[in-house]
Order: sequence, then C-alpha cells, then structure tokens
Amino acid sequence: MLIRHAPDLKDCDVTDKALYLRRREFLTAGAGSAAGFMLPLGAAQAAGLAYKPGVVKTDEKLTPKEDVTTYNNFYEFGTDKSDPAKNAGTLKPRPWSVVVDGLCDKPKTFGIEDILKTYPLEERIYRLRCVEAWSMVIPWIGFPLRDLLKAVEPQSKARYVAFQTLNDPKQMPGQRSGVLDWPYREGLHINEANNNLAILAVGLYGDVLPNQNGAPIRLVVPWKYGFKSIKSIVRISLVEKMPKTTWNMMAQDEYGFYANVNPKVDHPRWSQAKERRIGEFNRRPTLMFNGYGEQVASMYAGMDLRRFY
Amino acid sequence: MRAPKDGAPRSMLWRDRFIGWIIGAFCAAPALWLIYRLFNDQLGANPVEALIRQSGVLALQMLLVTLAVTPVAKIARQPWIIRHRRTIGLWAFATVLMHLSSYLFIDKEMDWAEIGKDILKRPYITIGMAAFVMLVPLAITSLDRIRRAMGPHRWRRLHQLIYVIVPAGVLHYYLLVKADHRPPLVYAGIAALLLGWRAWSFYAKRRPPIKRSA
Repeated sequence: MLIRHAPDLKDCDVTDKALYLRRREFLTAGAGSAAGFMLPLGAAQAAGLAYKPGVVKTDEKLTPKEDVTTYNNFYEFGTDKSDPAKNAGTLKPRPWSVVVDGLCDKPKTFGIEDILKTYPLEERIYRLRCVEAWSMVIPWIGFPLRDLLKAVEPQSKARYVAFQTLNDPKQMPGQRSGVLDWPYREGLHINEANNNLAILAVGLYGDVLPNQNGAPIRLVVPWKYGFKSIKSIVRISLVEKMPKTTWNMMAQDEYGFYANVNPKVDHPRWSQAKERRIGEFNRRPTLMFNGYGEQVASMYAGMDLRRFY
Repeated sequence: MRAPKDGAPRSMLWRDRFIGWIIGAFCAAPALWLIYRLFNDQLGANPVEALIRQSGVLALQMLLVTLAVTPVAKIARQPWIIRHRRTIGLWAFATVLMHLSSYLFIDKEMDWAEIGKDILKRPYITIGMAAFVMLVPLAITSLDRIRRAMGPHRWRRLHQLIYVIVPAGVLHYYLLVKADHRPPLVYAGIAALLLGWRAWSFYAKRRPPIKRSA
C-alpha cells in the first residue's frame, strides 16, 4: 500500500517560531493590562493566563494545539476521540468549586477563582502517554498538587488521595450512557500526590483549559498512563485506604491502580513497548515512567512493578 | 460476471454487466473515500489508528452486506440479485485486505516478531487472523474456472465458511473495544438476524409441509 510519508505537519500548521518565542510578551502584556485595569476575569482569560514560563521544559517538539484539543478520551462527552471537542460545549467551567476533604484538619471548598489567585501558575511541558499507545507533548499551565493539599493540613493517617470528576448528565451528556460507572474516579498514593511532577492544570498553550481537556481544573501525572490524569475535578479526598478507580473497576486486569508507564508490562490486549507520537508516522520506543524515572522511580523502589501495574 | 442462463436475451447480459459495475462502484467508494482522506490529512490527529478502525468497521459492514444478498434476493423474489453476490463478496475481501495491511505494514511496521506475539497472545488478533485465513480460499474459489472445477456441491460447502467468518469478525471487534460495546453489539445483532434467517429457512425446507386447516 502506498502511503504518503509523514502526513503529519505542514509548515502552515506550526506557529512561526519567531512569533512563538515571543508569545510570552503578548501574554504578559495581556495579563498586565488585565491587572492594571481590573478587568473582569473573562477578559483576563481571553488574553491567556499569567504564569511562570518553562518551569519544566523539554527539547521535544510540542504536539500542535489543534491535535491536543481535538483528540481526547473524555467519555463524559462520548467515546470517540473526536466527540469531546464537539460535545463539551455543554460543560460550564465557571462558577466551579473543588471540595477538598477527608482525613485533614482544615477541609475546604475552593472556588476556581480562589485557586487561580492563590497558587502561582507555572508552565510545565510534559509528555503524555495514553494507555492506548499514543503520546503527545503538551505545555500545561498549573501548579503542584501538594501545594493545594498542604492548605488543608492532611493527617498522618491519610495514605491516599481520591479524585472525582463532576457528575452531571446535563453538562456531561455521555454520562447518560452506562459505558463507565460515573462519576469518574481516580486516585494516587500520598507520596505520588506530593511528588513535584504531579500538578493540577488549569490551562494549556498559555490559555485556560478548553472544556474537552478537562476544564476548569484537572490532574496531570506525566509518569502514569493518561487515564490517571482525571479531568474536571470537583472533589479531592484524603483517605486511608486505596480508593476505587474507574478503569480499574471496569477491567481490573487491564488497568492497575498505579498505571505507571512501563514498556515492559503489556496491556493484555496490546504491547506497551512502543508508542505513536501524535503527528509522527513511525512509532518510537516507550520510556520507563514515560522518561520521568529520575524524579519518580525512588517512590517505587523494591516494588514488583509487574504485580503492581 | 456470469452469463445469464441459456435463452436469456442478449440485452439482459448487458444490463447485468451494467448493474454489476454500479454495485462494484458502490462497494469500492467507501474504501476509496477512506484512502482519499488518509492522503489529505482528514483522518484527525491519529490517522493510522483511524485508518485501521474505519477500514475494520467497513470490512465488517461489507461482509454483512455479502451475507444479506441471499436473504434479500429470496425474500424479495429477485433472484438476479444473487448474480452480484460475488462482486460484493470480493470487494468485502478487498476491504479486509486493506484493514489487515494497515495493521501489518503501517501500524506494526512489519515487525514480524511483534506481530507473531500479537497473534499468539491477544485473542482478538488471533480470531481476526483466523477469520482472514478462512476468507482467503473463498476469494480464490470465486474464480469461474476454479468454481466450475469444484462443482456446485463442494463449492457451496466451502463457502459456508462465511457463517463462521462473520461471527469471528464481530467477536474480533467486540473484544478490542475498551468500554462502549454498543457498536459491536449492533453488528452482532445484524449477523444473528442474517444467520438466523438461514437456519430458519434450512429448517423450514426440511420439514414436511404443514397441512393448513381451511
């Protein structure tokens, strides 16, 4: 079969490099004027988010924003990967609040605006590796999860963190079907939650999160398969026991609680040794912990990763 | 294209041939459309995945259409439709080939070791591959010369393999779906209907006619 090689990128798909390198000037200018004139939040959003650029960088090529925002697994808006971009318009990311409760001394409900005001935002360019063997490189805007957890003063009994997505079929029409057990649930060990790489993201490519990417606030844990990075979070609970997680409940032998990216442990239905980077034609080898071993491997020292997949 | 039975008017042959071409064009169009979109960046962010998925669904649809030819012709009492079954079946085979080659050559990049492991370890691939292997002799024996050499009885026996191939294709689809099993179940329902009709008509033929009370 004849295949045109590399159907991926044309020159016109890429923001001109010179322009791209100056993007922060525009953003800073936008944020500055927003603050200066005390414009309502809407205007600040339109101008992008104020953040510290390049806190985590990579020399890998970014996945085009078009692909990042049109190729999504977000079953709350349909099971096809093009569905979320089409259907997520019904989600209302403002007003929004996140309950942080459980085993902590100061449980609190955070309004999304409070969060944006309280926590300094950083740009972190992470690889995202989906359990379906494709990957992207995404410039997220967010802040470390541990900063938010610190505010509620977790108790020593708290060993895990449980997350929940919004459960509202009116806003999330996919929840009318029973393809998953709603609401979507995810979880981390407390050490994982406190790892510097674990962030709550509120934006990507300099702007607020599009609905289909998990607006207004989502988890990003880049050393784990994408389904761990739960979207549109409404509740974060500190708990003692390992929480139930959606895909694990669906198929225990296919989706483990840890779900660390691991080229040596296959998904029962496909190999995880290689991945297809979105925008590239040939597959590339998958890296252990998605290439973040230096930062995370010590948390799993001595653990049988074949058993705790 | 088979010639009409002896004694049929010559115009019939031309009409048949013409209808055959139209049917062929309809069968080829979706696959060609898929290839067109592949080459024009219209298959989204992950064109390889889209190609495999869409060609697979298309192949299954084509096999079901092939399986529907006989019941439709019999129920509608339009036996001429059956003369076009081979055209449809061969296009179904071509679509299956497209699906399989996009897996072998594009997705797996001819990494035969990995493909071998896939076939052995992953039931949905084992089943899909088995269905393909069964389909090959059906395509080959569609050649007039071979078909005639086989004789109608043996030919029909062999082609009854399609009753195994289609459920295998549906199962192949069902097993690879992550969570939303509704689409493969729809195809399972259609396949069950088409196979059920055959079982029913086979059974009805063998039963002695029932006396109806006036």
